[in-house]
Amino acid sequence: MIELKNVSMLFNPGTVNENLAISTINLKVKEGDFITVIGSNGAGKSTLFNLVAGTIIPSQGTILANDRDITREPEYRRARYIGRIFQNPLLGTASNMSLEDNMMITYRKGFKWLKRSLNNKMREFFRAELVQLEMGLEDRMKENLAMFSGGQRQALTLLMMVLSKPELILLDEHTAALDPKNAEIVLELTNKFIREYNLTSMMITHNMSHAIEFGNRLLMMDKGEIIFDVEGDAKRELTVEKLIEKFHEIRHASFGDDKALLSP
Amino acid sequence: MIEGILVEGLIYGIMVLGVFITFRVLDFPDLTVDGSFPLGAALMVQCILLDVNLWLALLVAFIGGMLAGMVTALIHNHLRVPNLLAGILTMTMLYSVNIRILGNRANVPVLEHETILTKVSERFSGIIPDEYILLLFFIVVAIVIKILIDLFFRTDLGMTLGAMGNNEQMVISQGVDPKTLKTIGVGLSNGLVALSGAFAAQYLGFADVGLGQGIIVSGLASVMIGEFLVMKSNRIGVLTLCAILGSILFHAVLYLGRYYGYVIHMTPNDLNLIKGILIIILLILTQAKKLKKVAIKAVVEK
Ligand SMILES: Nc1ncnc2c1ncn2[C@@H]1O[C@H](COP(=O)(O)OP(=O)(O)O)[C@@H](O)[C@H]1O
Ligand SMILES: [Mg+2]
Repeated sequence: MIELKNVSMLFNPGTVNENLAISTINLKVKEGDFITVIGSNGAGKSTLFNLVAGTIIPSQGTILANDRDITREPEYRRARYIGRIFQNPLLGTASNMSLEDNMMITYRKGFKWLKRSLNNKMREFFRAELVQLEMGLEDRMKENLAMFSGGQRQALTLLMMVLSKPELILLDEHTAALDPKNAEIVLELTNKFIREYNLTSMMITHNMSHAIEFGNRLLMMDKGEIIFDVEGDAKRELTVEKLIEKFHEIRHASFGDDKALLSP
Repeated sequence: MIEGILVEGLIYGIMVLGVFITFRVLDFPDLTVDGSFPLGAALMVQCILLDVNLWLALLVAFIGGMLAGMVTALIHNHLRVPNLLAGILTMTMLYSVNIRILGNRANVPVLEHETILTKVSERFSGIIPDEYILLLFFIVVAIVIKILIDLFFRTDLGMTLGAMGNNEQMVISQGVDPKTLKTIGVGLSNGLVALSGAFAAQYLGFADVGLGQGIIVSGLASVMIGEFLVMKSNRIGVLTLCAILGSILFHAVLYLGRYYGYVIHMTPNDLNLIKGILIIILLILTQAKKLKKVAIKAVVEK
């Protein structure tokens, strides 16, 4: 589906702030993969997503989508087949608009024309889809999104992204800003949707047990490199202890400060 | 007197709708306005002198304004110039363009010529009392434009424009280029401003390159006054109505300043100062209102 070939990202080249955030990464995301991504703060996880999504253009290397070179394709174009959810629940929806308006805007990808698509048939459709979230949102379709909680907005963003049928979804710690209960709900929904719609997905998480529990493949990143890539049975047999051991083995280094961040 | 205030308020209200779109809907503070308002006036006057069909002339003014707005958006989008500076650039260039359009003159009168307003006055003279003809005409014009804008913002494109002002990332995630949206939005806004200028020129009986001076300040003040009328709403119909009412109230204040200002030794030269002070007062009041809301919320949450 998506393939990265020798991709590097060097921020602020030639300055004192020069920073090699991604160092010659090769990665092939296969159709149907559900990849969890872990790594300490600053490992380059979000930068990797930014490269795949087109927010930034790599300093080196090529990115392919279904064998088509998309290295320089702008973010808004890639958004038509790559869905993305951020840590900040406010980024997925517009606060100053009603729930139904938000759903209408996010329902179809691509340029919007001078027609009015929001009618009662659409409303009925949205209402039926909202029921899946089990949050009672189907009865609040005229309310401003500013009135909704972060968890509700994140669940909504997830639902709308799924309905737009992306070929790949990128989840960047999308439950990290929510309270534990809502985080749990959104994570469950995520897992349900990914299975139900057989979505190819990548999910960054700070939670090692989540990374082990979910998905069929796991990437560990450190200092801009993918240092560990397991899938299938090998992934199923992982435990948090084994994962930490693996990190030591590869890096010959103690976790130090990172231990806290990679805690289960 | 009251008709005068209302008519001015309605004519400039069209401009205020444009300013409302950039400042409030798109969150794109656009200063092109000071140039696109006289641009509309100049295009209208020149069309009148050339005997162009008057309704076509309005369209010319609208399109002229739209192009001016698009230039600002393009400068901002492609040269990565901050939007304020992009607007100032276009506005400055428009000053020369406007003088060119007026045939290298700074002021061109059309008092002796037929305009839409003289036509309307003739047509309804005797049916409606003369002093109310223009008022009724501009009420109709303002309502039609308001309704068209409301309809536009209910379309898929309009809603996406609304979302962009709030959350640009969301728009990108929907596969829409925010640059395109900005070009459309700022273009539309300046089209309205130029249309307002075209009506103003006919009402005043002349076009002048100086007509646009301080227009953005008047527009902003009107938008802010309008916002005081309704505490909070996200309904586009309410917001556009408030913008027009804000314009009328603003012109009432200006009128008072113009005719009764002498009591406090004010001269017409002080009007711009008054406009600025008005905005500052409005800003302070808005802040106070916000702080109060936060305070109430804090108390309630405790
Ligand atoms: N736009 C940017 N400009 C400069 N440096 C950046 C930028 N984005 C990320 N970085 C740097 O790249 C490194 C990796 O960051 P990031 O990908 O956000 O890490 P994380 O794994 O925590 O998501 C960090 O050192 C960060 O400071
Ligand atoms: Mg990150």
